[in-house]
Amino acid sequence: MLDNNEVVRRRDLLSLIGAMAGSAAMYHAMTSLGFASDSRYRGPVKLEGDPKGASVLILGAGLAGMTAALELRNAGYKVQVLEYNARAGGRNWTLRGGDSFTELGGLTQTCAFEQGLYINPGPWRIPYHHRALLDYCKRLGVALEPFIQLNHNAFLHASRAFDGVPQRIRAVRADFQGQVSELLAKATKQGALDEAVSRDDQEILLQALRSWGALDRNYRYSANLISAEYRGYAEAPGGGLSSAPLPSEPVALSDILKSRLWRYLQTFANYNFQTTMFQPVGGMDMIGKAFAKELGGDIRTNAKVTQIQQTDRGVRITYVDTAHPDIPRQVTADWCVCTIPLSILSQLPVDVSAPMKAAIDAVPYAAAVKIGLQFKRRFWEEDEAIYGGISYTDLPIRQIAYPNTGFNRSGRGVLLGAYLFDGANAYEFTAMPPEERIARAIEFGAAIHPQYKDEYENGVAVAWHRVPFVLGCSGDWSEEARAEHYKNLCQIDGRIVLAGEHASALPAWQEGAILSALDAVTRLHDRVVRT
Amino acid sequence: MGADERVSRSRWCWTASLLTMLAIRLSLPAALAEEGPPTPLSERTFSSGYKFVEMSGEELFSNVCQGCHMPGGTGATGAGSYPSLAGNRNLESSGYPIYVVVNGRRGMPPFGEMMTDDQIAAVVNYLRTHFGNSYEDRVTAKDVRAARR
Repeated sequence: MLDNNEVVRRRDLLSLIGAMAGSAAMYHAMTSLGFASDSRYRGPVKLEGDPKGASVLILGAGLAGMTAALELRNAGYKVQVLEYNARAGGRNWTLRGGDSFTELGGLTQTCAFEQGLYINPGPWRIPYHHRALLDYCKRLGVALEPFIQLNHNAFLHASRAFDGVPQRIRAVRADFQGQVSELLAKATKQGALDEAVSRDDQEILLQALRSWGALDRNYRYSANLISAEYRGYAEAPGGGLSSAPLPSEPVALSDILKSRLWRYLQTFANYNFQTTMFQPVGGMDMIGKAFAKELGGDIRTNAKVTQIQQTDRGVRITYVDTAHPDIPRQVTADWCVCTIPLSILSQLPVDVSAPMKAAIDAVPYAAAVKIGLQFKRRFWEEDEAIYGGISYTDLPIRQIAYPNTGFNRSGRGVLLGAYLFDGANAYEFTAMPPEERIARAIEFGAAIHPQYKDEYENGVAVAWHRVPFVLGCSGDWSEEARAEHYKNLCQIDGRIVLAGEHASALPAWQEGAILSALDAVTRLHDRVVRT
Repeated sequence: MGADERVSRSRWCWTASLLTMLAIRLSLPAALAEEGPPTPLSERTFSSGYKFVEMSGEELFSNVCQGCHMPGGTGATGAGSYPSLAGNRNLESSGYPIYVVVNGRRGMPPFGEMMTDDQIAAVVNYLRTHFGNSYEDRVTAKDVRAARR
């Protein structure tokens, strides 16, 4: 053990900083020492002080609206939530067999999945650092299971490379990493790095490249049992007499470079997609349902907001029951938390300041499409040993995502046959009728899984620009718009404050909706108890 | 997805599409369900990157605009609305639709980075001469370029 007098242990250092400089300094120190840097969430919000019976109308029963409602109600406010849909949850949504969905334009799809199978048309994965969402799942009793982002045995597919044959992620990664390591080792040994790397470090670098790249003793990456441990075997190790493994043949660096399959590899290292990720057991909407159960009768569904007015004493919201759109109804409250997507709010008459109105008008909504396909059997598991995770392709469907639940069962399965976000293909798929979206997803997907043609049973396709309650996937802030308008969007404007993923720095994430709501109710409550 | 990430991706895709082909044109037979004869899918253009490869006004409308504005340009209404383009007086002054397609408006995304001047001129001309609109003064790529400032 080291001499304690000379070594300041990290925890002691933190206490010292805390005592000397206060908790803010301690927080910064913790961050730089590797703690506490992964979330702005600081635990359950504490709204202390008496709101003296103040009332709040909350517009929208998505995760932002329901977070606001729950916390304000618990703090003693009278809350009521108005929701356009016949259900709570908003984009927190799951489609199961028997569910019907009518998109803008009037086309209705009825999901025909077998009982127990589902697709999450909206959010579908939760990063481990989305601590607010995870905390609500815990508090509301929503069970989680792993969401598999990286499956080494899933495919990377380039339609114009390798004769269209999909490549295993495992092999592409090993071959790319191995051959880049070999090149770098060669450059090191030839002295090309002499100016940049010291002699001693070069020795260590060579050791590292050999380990990282699965190189042999001559710093070569080739078909042998070293590389096979990473890229896989031609014949896997077995038992008994014929048990010896056989190495597999690497793909040439030039082929990987030209195929551009390397561009997917870094996706898995993206902060938002790093393991561990989660999904709720049984479907993403388990979260929305748990919130709604907690709020009970405080949510009025089928209520379409048509006008938002305010005076210096309160707010007046006009809405119609969607079954009786000709009869305007009004409801008043002291305050309003509005989580209506900006794609819709920008079209409503709203009494807010000019800067906030300009902010509401400044955010386009992104295109996104998801397509769920049911097959007679889980051929991706049975034939290809792909258990969960995602295959990536340059075809317009972009992704095929396998179910992260129900592994190794016989019988039917549902996979995500397309996930398009932004870009031209997302618009092109939106512009088709749902039936054609599904047919195209099958055609393109069959290039990766030929079993599609024989095993397909039914499907459902959601194009977010055609979803009546949001008119788009999520707020697609440009950097310029955010710089000019974001702060104005988040102000308390008289009696109104906005919340939702669009009022966060985590656009399109449920965590953004919740953090935004927590920030809004904290500031609102502060104003209420101080006046 | 951050805007900067998207811009860099769009640049990559543009390069990629120059290096490879400009479009994947597919004519595909479909087997929709196990029962019944397969319905043949008509030919449809798909873009290969961030930018659209459709060139004619008609194809741009049917592959892009009608996603929201609907077949026939009728618009649609849910919690909010997509305006109808049919007999739409806002199309009378050609500068307005050019501006909106380039820059977007409220929830409508901007298409200035996803379409060329020629494509935007083509789709604006299409809108202004269909769906009960008959404005015969055609816009040009030059008009679009000017609108980009």
